[in-house]
Amino acid sequence: MFRHLRLPTVTALLALLVALPAHAALKVLATTPDWASLLNELGGDKVNVYTATSPFQDVHRVDAKPSLVARARSADLVVATGADLEIGWLPVLLQDSGNTKIQPGSPGYFEAAPLVHLLEVPSAVDRSMGDIHPLGNPHVTLDPRNIAIIAKALAARLTQVDSGNAAYYASRSEDFQKRWAAATAKWESQAAPLKGIPVVVIHRDQVYLCNWLGLKELAAIEPKPGVPPSAGYLGELVTKLGATPPKIILRNAYNDPKAADWLSERIHVPVVLLPYTVGGTPEAKDLFSLFENTINRLLAGAK
Amino acid sequence: MAKLTPCTLTVAVVGLGLLWSVPANAAADDLATLKTELEALKSDYSSRVQALEQRIKALESQANAPAAAQASASAPAAAAAAAPPAAPPAFEAAPAPPPPAPAGKSGSATAFNPAISMIITGNYNDLSRDPATYRIAGFIPPPEGEGPGDRSFNLGESELTLAANVDPYFFANVTAAIQADNSIDIEEAYFKTLALNHGFTLKGGRFFSGTGYLNEVHSHNWDFVDQPLVYQAFFAGQLAQDGVQLRWLAPTDYFIELGAEAGNGHSFPGTQRDSNALGSTAVFAHAGGDVGDSTSWRLGLSWLQAHSSDRTYQDTDQFGTAVTNAFSGTTRTWIVDGTLKWAPHGDPTHHQLKVQGEYMHRTESGQLAFDLTGANLADAYSSSQSGWYLQAVYEFIQRWRAGVRYDSMNSGTPSIGLVEAQTLPANAFPALLPGTPQRTSIMVDWSLSEFSRLRAQYAWDEARAEHELDHQLFLQYIFAIGAHGAHKF
Repeated sequence: MFRHLRLPTVTALLALLVALPAHAALKVLATTPDWASLLNELGGDKVNVYTATSPFQDVHRVDAKPSLVARARSADLVVATGADLEIGWLPVLLQDSGNTKIQPGSPGYFEAAPLVHLLEVPSAVDRSMGDIHPLGNPHVTLDPRNIAIIAKALAARLTQVDSGNAAYYASRSEDFQKRWAAATAKWESQAAPLKGIPVVVIHRDQVYLCNWLGLKELAAIEPKPGVPPSAGYLGELVTKLGATPPKIILRNAYNDPKAADWLSERIHVPVVLLPYTVGGTPEAKDLFSLFENTINRLLAGAK
Repeated sequence: MAKLTPCTLTVAVVGLGLLWSVPANAAADDLATLKTELEALKSDYSSRVQALEQRIKALESQANAPAAAQASASAPAAAAAAAPPAAPPAFEAAPAPPPPAPAGKSGSATAFNPAISMIITGNYNDLSRDPATYRIAGFIPPPEGEGPGDRSFNLGESELTLAANVDPYFFANVTAAIQADNSIDIEEAYFKTLALNHGFTLKGGRFFSGTGYLNEVHSHNWDFVDQPLVYQAFFAGQLAQDGVQLRWLAPTDYFIELGAEAGNGHSFPGTQRDSNALGSTAVFAHAGGDVGDSTSWRLGLSWLQAHSSDRTYQDTDQFGTAVTNAFSGTTRTWIVDGTLKWAPHGDPTHHQLKVQGEYMHRTESGQLAFDLTGANLADAYSSSQSGWYLQAVYEFIQRWRAGVRYDSMNSGTPSIGLVEAQTLPANAFPALLPGTPQRTSIMVDWSLSEFSRLRAQYAWDEARAEHELDHQLFLQYIFAIGAHGAHKF
């Protein structure tokens, strides 16, 4: 029967199916729960946000799975971190989406990292250094000053792609910036005692948090970004940290607990579990509670 | 001029449609784009200033961290030199003003270089039977792509890929495989549209057909050293189309994709023919989605038709003399494929299970010629054959995966006119004597990073006639250098 099913027939059938009804709210595909939370703050009920990753996923290691391709197809706006964080899967989504609105360079494609000052930009790159990012460390969310900058640009972008609701976005943006500035000031005063305390991290994804709060990063459990530690390296770390012990070991919700727990036992330093992203702990329900919970946990751990 | 067949007409219509749609889109979008860019410039300006202020503050506060400050000073040069060049569009946050001009002099000359990646592979094979005698029993052998490869050390293909956006409307990709015998195969060389919109993507050139699941996957991404038997017997390993492919993605929350392909049909099971018509046509449909956070799936249904003219293969006649036989006719193949991936919370860093299977059914009908260079007899031929595989691969600890695969084929009993008319005895076609080839493979692989993989595989191969058992041990390396590739599901 399919012998007679030629391309013209198929094309005609497809063309008929294209004429489907338009949607009401702006459809946004956010790569992480943090951007989803920010979009909800700025867009309220005018945006319909789908989050590509869960809080327990390493955003660098995600499959371009069918459900994500489908969401990219109908998205009006993609909000990504950029700086190569999503390089293993987002380019495939964009290319396979058949959606011109969200192609890089279009108003419907938004990247956060290029808007802020990136730390740890390597002066040279080579894969022997592990999974480093040529453009700098992309884990920019854990500094509220970055969020303020990104929020401003994102609000402008929402206005650009959905100009009908410009006034709505403008008022929500203004309200958010006010609340965010107040909250940031509060967090900074709460976190004052944390300044200068020595910490150990797992992956170098708390650089922005350490930089903001003045935490002193003594070492990372990963010898190189993305490279799990060997027994030998952990041994060296124990010796090194025995001499100059950190106050706490930081572990993100998505990290495997084993290496941090092992080190904690050897050097008798507590592990502090941090949400890292919205949803990473039960308390971190949105961007505000993410920072609140992060600081509370740090203060409790550093006592 | 040649008469217009429906097929040539289709190609013409698709081509014209493409030519028309691209400039039209461009012209219409021009004004709007300019306007929005201006607005964006304005609105992004304040955030830029704020960013700069913050940057100054950060630099001041980092006076005690000179390393970081130094790194950021040399950032533009490093970024320009080191960034995977295909990606530049992705780095620019749309209409935002550009970052400080790259300091490197080579910047403008190399900034538009395509993303380059090279994959080198090789293996050591220990085979209990002579690979030169390998035959998947009961199936007309393909010209190549059958069997486990040679004994001892083998250099695998070295795969060079160049890819970049051509302009706002097209993306282009070339993948060339440099073979151990110093020849070069163009595996893929295609363009893909970026601007058709409405879920449509048109691909043209040479590309791996979208039929089945594994067919589009390049060899370095296979979970086993070799292809399933059914791919070897039905597609000589992998089906490449020289032609066009149109895909359409439905605007639904579930993944639904439809596709159609038209090609010249030169690659197995088709052959080159003296005809302007399409040698090969295919249609496929894919659906997929998630079950909770941890599980995702894809199902596919494909149909493929290819025409061949004098598709020759080597056999021996009833006296043991080597002969060249040939099939001319039509091959139709149905494929059902399914893939399921599971990882805790969808994070494959430590554990991931991938189960995949495909069933194919093929019918061939036409003429079979016996001993082309000698007796040269020909009569009708038809067959109805099937094969399937099922495999599971599990990452049991970070970087280590183990897998098992089972292959099964059923050749059925082909109807050979020359035998039915009693012109020749059945054993004049030993390659076509009915067979039920099967194989079981186990493998374990170790990936030190995203870019290197070492693998060991053991197979009990009973593809040969009479289920003659071949013990096969493979040790394989796969290394990737260059741009960070993105992977499909």
